Parts: sequence; C-alpha cells; structure tokens
Amino acid sequence: MKTHAEVDFVLVGLGWTGGILAKELSEAGLKVVALERGGLRSTAEDFAVPRIRDELRYGIRHGLMQDAARDTITVRNRPDETALPMRRLGSFLPGEGVGGAGAHWNGITWRWGDGEFRIRSLYEERHGKGFVPDDMPLQDWGIRYDELEPWYDRFERTAGVSGQAGNLQGRLRPGGNPFEAPRRRDYPLPPLQTGLAGDLFRQAATSLGLNPFPRPSANASQAYTNPDGAHFGECQYCGFCERFGCEANAKGSPHFTVIPLALRQPSFELRTHAWVTRVDMDSSGKLARGAHYVDLHTGQAHFQPARSVVLCAYAINNVHLLLLSKIGEPYDPRSGRGQIGRNYAYQGGVGAQLFFEDRAFNPFMGTGGNGVVADDFNANAAFDRGPLNAIGGAVLSAGHSNGRPIGYRPVPPGTPAWGSAWKAATAQAYQRTMGVGASLSVMPHRHHGYDLDPTYRNAFGLPLLRLTFDYQPNDHRLAAFAAERVNEVARALAPARLAPAAVRRSWSVVPYQTTHNTGGSPMGTDPGQSATNTWGQVWQVPNVFVTGASLFPHNAAYNPTGLVGALAYRLADALIARYVKGPGRLLNA
Amino acid sequence: MSARRGFLKAGLAGAAAAAVGGAPATAPAADAAVPAPAGWQFLRPSEVAFVEALADHMVPADALSPSGTAIGIPVYIDRALAGGWGQGEGLYLQGPFQAGSPNQGYQLPLTPAQLFRAGTEAVQAHCLQAHGAPFETLQPPAREALLLGLIAGRIELAVPAATYFGQLHQLVTEGLFADPIYGGNRDKAGWKLVGFPGVVQTHRKHIVEFRNRPFEARPLSMADLA
Repeated sequence: MKTHAEVDFVLVGLGWTGGILAKELSEAGLKVVALERGGLRSTAEDFAVPRIRDELRYGIRHGLMQDAARDTITVRNRPDETALPMRRLGSFLPGEGVGGAGAHWNGITWRWGDGEFRIRSLYEERHGKGFVPDDMPLQDWGIRYDELEPWYDRFERTAGVSGQAGNLQGRLRPGGNPFEAPRRRDYPLPPLQTGLAGDLFRQAATSLGLNPFPRPSANASQAYTNPDGAHFGECQYCGFCERFGCEANAKGSPHFTVIPLALRQPSFELRTHAWVTRVDMDSSGKLARGAHYVDLHTGQAHFQPARSVVLCAYAINNVHLLLLSKIGEPYDPRSGRGQIGRNYAYQGGVGAQLFFEDRAFNPFMGTGGNGVVADDFNANAAFDRGPLNAIGGAVLSAGHSNGRPIGYRPVPPGTPAWGSAWKAATAQAYQRTMGVGASLSVMPHRHHGYDLDPTYRNAFGLPLLRLTFDYQPNDHRLAAFAAERVNEVARALAPARLAPAAVRRSWSVVPYQTTHNTGGSPMGTDPGQSATNTWGQVWQVPNVFVTGASLFPHNAAYNPTGLVGALAYRLADALIARYVKGPGRLLNA
Repeated sequence: MSARRGFLKAGLAGAAAAAVGGAPATAPAADAAVPAPAGWQFLRPSEVAFVEALADHMVPADALSPSGTAIGIPVYIDRALAGGWGQGEGLYLQGPFQAGSPNQGYQLPLTPAQLFRAGTEAVQAHCLQAHGAPFETLQPPAREALLLGLIAGRIELAVPAATYFGQLHQLVTEGLFADPIYGGNRDKAGWKLVGFPGVVQTHRKHIVEFRNRPFEARPLSMADLA
C-alpha cells in the first residue's frame, strides 16, 4: 500500500460539491486532494460535436454514467423482500468522472425555502400534531432560508442560471414565481425561450387561475461570464442536454467553472481513476485519518491521510461509504434507531400526453430547463393540504427538452408496437404531441432506507448498498391530486386525444424516472435522529463531512441541485472561517 | 469538407455564443453515411434469416420508409450484439440469481448476446414444432401471432419470452433510429420517418421562427460532420 503525505482535506468525488470545495479551500491556501473514481473530462475532448450528439451511446447506453458492472445497489420495495441487484441502470443515473452529474444534468435550479426546512413544525402548526403519520419520520432541518440566500445567489451566479425573478426583496414581480422565497437580486441571466408547449401550458394554467413562469435553469440564455471569470456560450436549444455534455459550455458545469480554478492552485491535487473504498478511522472510532482508495489503472491500494474528509460523491455513494467505513450507527427500521441510512426518499411524477392534429412542436428544439412551470401546489403556503390529507407538494410543468427519436416517440394509447400502422402513428404524433406533468415530493417512511446488502458484492469485494423503498399512501394521495390538476390543464388545451395522467402505485427500478435520490445521512439538530449537523458534519465523527442530497431529511417536488450547491458554498465558508482553526470540533449554529 | 459543413463545425465547436442559423439547414448534396461493410460479426446464418424477417415484419416497406432490412436494421443488431453492450458491458452479472419481482428488473445470468441466442433458438424450435417451418418462412399473420404470443406469455421459451422479446424490440427500434454510424437507419430513413433533423442543428433562432411551424431540413448525421 502506498501512503501519501497528509493534507488538510481529502475530497471524495469531484462534481459540483467537490468542485466548489476544491476551489474555495485551495484558494484559501489549504492543502486539498480530490479523489475521483472516473476520468478527466473536457469540453473540447469529451463533448465535441458531432461525437457527443450520439443518442445511442450517451442517451440509451448511458455513456457518461456509473458502470453498474463494477458497482451497483440492490433494491426491494419492502423489508420482507429479498433485495436483488439493479443489474443495469434504469430508474436513476449516477454520474461518474470529473464534473460528476454536473456535466450532464438538465440544469434546473431551485431555491428550496422555509416551507421545506420547517416542514414538521409548519404542518403541526397548521393541521395539528396528529397530521404527520407515526410511520413518517418527518423533521425540521435546522436551517433557514435567510441564512442560505447568499449561497443560493452565489451558486446561481457560478452556474449561470436563467430565470425570471418572482419575488425581489419582498416585492412580487410579474411573470416570475410569486411563491418563491424572496431573493436579494435577480437571476444572473434572463429566462430561456419557453417553446410552444411551454407557451400553451402558460395559457391553460393562467386560464385556470394558476401562476405559470419560465422554468429556472443553468442553461445560459445569453453568452455569460460568471464572477469567477468562466465563460459560457449561449444555449442553442440543440435537444442534447441531460445525459450529454454541452459543447458550447452553455450548461453550468463544474468541469469548466470551479474545477479549473482549483487546478490552478498549487495546494490542490486531483487524482482521477481513484476509487475510494473506505474512510480510515483512528482507534477511538471518533476521528477519521484519511481515505483508502484503489488506483484503477494499477489495481494498487493507496492511503491518503487527511485531517478532515469530505464526502462529495453521488448521494447514494456517500451513504455507501459511511456504512462501509462504520461511521455513525446504521439505521435499523425495526427499532427506529441509528442515523446512517435513514430518511431515504425518491421523487414522484405524473404525466399526461396531449395529441393534437394541428400543432407543430418541433420537439427537438429544446434544452434542459426548457418550458413553463407552476408552483401553486408546492411552495404556495396558501395551498391547503388539509382536505387532501397529504404532506408535500407538486410542481406542474410542460416543455420539450428533446426529441431524440430512440427515446422520444409518443403514440396514442392503443397504437400497435410495430408495423405500418405503428410507423404511421409515430410519424403523425412526433411533431404534434406535448406532455403536461408534475414533479412530486416524497416523504420519508420508517421502513425506507439503506443498509449493506448481506449477499451481493461489488468489483472490490465490498457489500453493495441495499435500498428499500416504495410509494406510500401519502405519496399516492398527493399523486392522485396532482394527476387531477395535470389533467385539468391538459383538457383546457383541448387536444384531439388525451392520454391522461395516472398515479404510479409502486416504484420500479426499470424505467428512468429521476436521479433525485435524497436522504440516507440526513442533517438535523438532534444527533439521535440525524446523521449530521446542518453543515453536513457527522455528529459522531466530526472531522468527516457529507455534502449533497443525502443530507436532505425529505424530498421536495423541486430539483435538488440549487440547494446542493448552496449548502456546499455555505460549508466552504464555515470550514475556512471557523473550522480549520480547530479541526475536528463541531461547528455550532 | 463543404463550406456548409465547415461553417457548421466552426459555429458549433467554437464560440457557440455566436448566433448561428436563421434558415433551415441545407444538407450536403449526398449523404455522407457509407453503408456498413457486408458480413456478420455475431449472427449465424439462421439468425441472419430470422433477424431479416423480423426487421421486415416490424418495419415493412411502405410509403413511409423502406423495409427494415433495406434500412440496415439487421446490421445494426449484429454489431450491437457483437460489441461491448451485447457482451455485457455495464451489466452486473454476479450471482446468486433469482427472478425477483418485475419492479426489480432484469435478473438473468445472460449477456444481451446470450439472451438473443438462447431466445432465438427457442423461437425457431417453437416455429418448427407449431408450423413445421422457421420464422422467416411464415406468412405475416403467423409471424404476427407469434410475436404477440411472446409478449403475452402465451408462448413459453427456455428464457423468459417477454424479456427476450423486449430486448429484440428495443434492438429493432434502435436500428431504425440510432445514428447511421452504427449500421442501421440507412439514409436516415428513421429520422425522415418522424422528421428528426439529426444531430447538428443550432435552434436558438429556430425555436422562435418556427413556432408552431414544422422545421423541415434534410437530417444530418455524425458522419456528415466528421
């Protein structure tokens, strides 16, 4: 085993959160090593046209994603089932390589507000103590929006977010989201084109009394230079956004923003193809000493000593490493004890397809954040969940992100799956169809979570992570409500045919749904009920930090990355300003 | 390289901030995609006959496109099964194996190529038993009944019939719609079928100019810009 010289921080993974921390910590003069399991990625080499515009390689075969042959998870719906391996990627797509999923996300960027961070208190204040079911470990996060506002702003500027402000310093602005938390200043870029589907959704939603607005997204609506001097091209609506890298640097990504700035610092070192197998603990079990990894090019074991360790991998992989390293107490769904693995949540969704005779949508003209959304059933505090008897929210939307034809071929229900009739229906519907959908929050459940699988192992001989999850009655009620709202909007547009939205009863690992996995190492204020404090500092091992969405105690209807980025900037600030003066000491609010 | 292609390359690869476009792209005079070399990497002769018959049944020649075989779908399938994906790249194949629930997804100990081979042998054995002739000699109604029987589970194979057929169906659609560089979608027939303009348009202006108006352009493939 090769042992390296000790550094101040070792970062596991170099995507958005690792990139932000690498830049901020190394610019503050701290010695930082980042260990990234994948390879280097650059726009010129990896995302050049035409090679990147290959739907089969990147869209269908997941060319930029985690290799499930080497490491995957096992899945089951209920604790009494035998979990089996997710043998190929499906329901969600963890990224791999420098830039992480930041290189191939859609870019949708939200500010989660106090309605999420005070979720338990707010529901109990409004609906009474009994409103939260006993089997739902819902909790306040211990953080408030006001504290996060500057960090949201920082991330929006770094990532080049296009959008329309709805609430500037408490003053509502027409055309924006009237339910957003107040922002100190506007988005760095004006909103994107919304396209015909978005425009039709806006009309229908307005006619129903909703408040539609352009979806905020880190797709640059104009050429842009961010505060760090990184240059963005202008989004070309090419229709190859999520699952692809952007050849124009129009999609905010760490690989051309924060990471090159870290690489300029002599105190920063990046090691690629470095697969971290565990965090090394000292004999007391109360402090970490560094990270063990395998150099994938030689197969040799390495040890990187560090005063502090920050887990910056994908949400699932951070939890996996905590469990493999025996950090904290594993969650036990029978007793409800333990912190690592608890409060897992996925996201929900419902969608309708609208088949017109006389529209031309050009679905291939799109981008990740293309479209129009309505937040009336989500961040809107006046939306009364009492009659619905459900906790959470739904964000309604429409807009074409792409028309790539292996994956995007809507046909009306009842169409044969092959033959001349199929071809005719496919040709007819391709240009004349739009969707209306809703993204749905998912609340934690006592039986849901992660632990180590007793049977299956990865390529390094380590137990796979085991996930137990299914949609629960609260999720079903919310989904049924959202499907009704979606179908109202759809009917208002009077399509020739409508395939209405319906509730997804049970979670399957097979079709792609969303990569928004949250929880597993939730933040909080009670060390018995949470894995970390609000900085992601592990209660039991205070020189280990966790970043990313595994910190979320529940999942909202919003996409997670805006909050993930804001929390990473907030952590960097606290580490530099306070923590490094006494490494290993708990940060206090 | 044509001036048009050079212009597109510069506009896309370089400063994408530049406002490129304005009118529908006019493609090079001839499609740059060269047909894949003849011959088969993976498929055995009987499998070639089966795949050609299947491709022509699922994608028949009509006013909307040439036949599946003319489009190169069997070539696509051959290359896909011979290549990394067919040989199990990205597929976790460690045991133990058990069927699990449908929500748990694929649980066979087979690579896509192995599943294809085992399933196709079983389909042909079924055809010989039921019809006294292989799939490729059956009339269209008998072919149709067989495929529907596989989906519905009415026909049992040595491997799960619906799983086998699902993979086959996915391969046919990929052969129709994947970039021609993979051997199928010859002359971009699949893209022309739906009106997909290919891989290299810049639509920043089009999304406004062609609002509710079909954008029609001769599709461009990866080879057109190579």
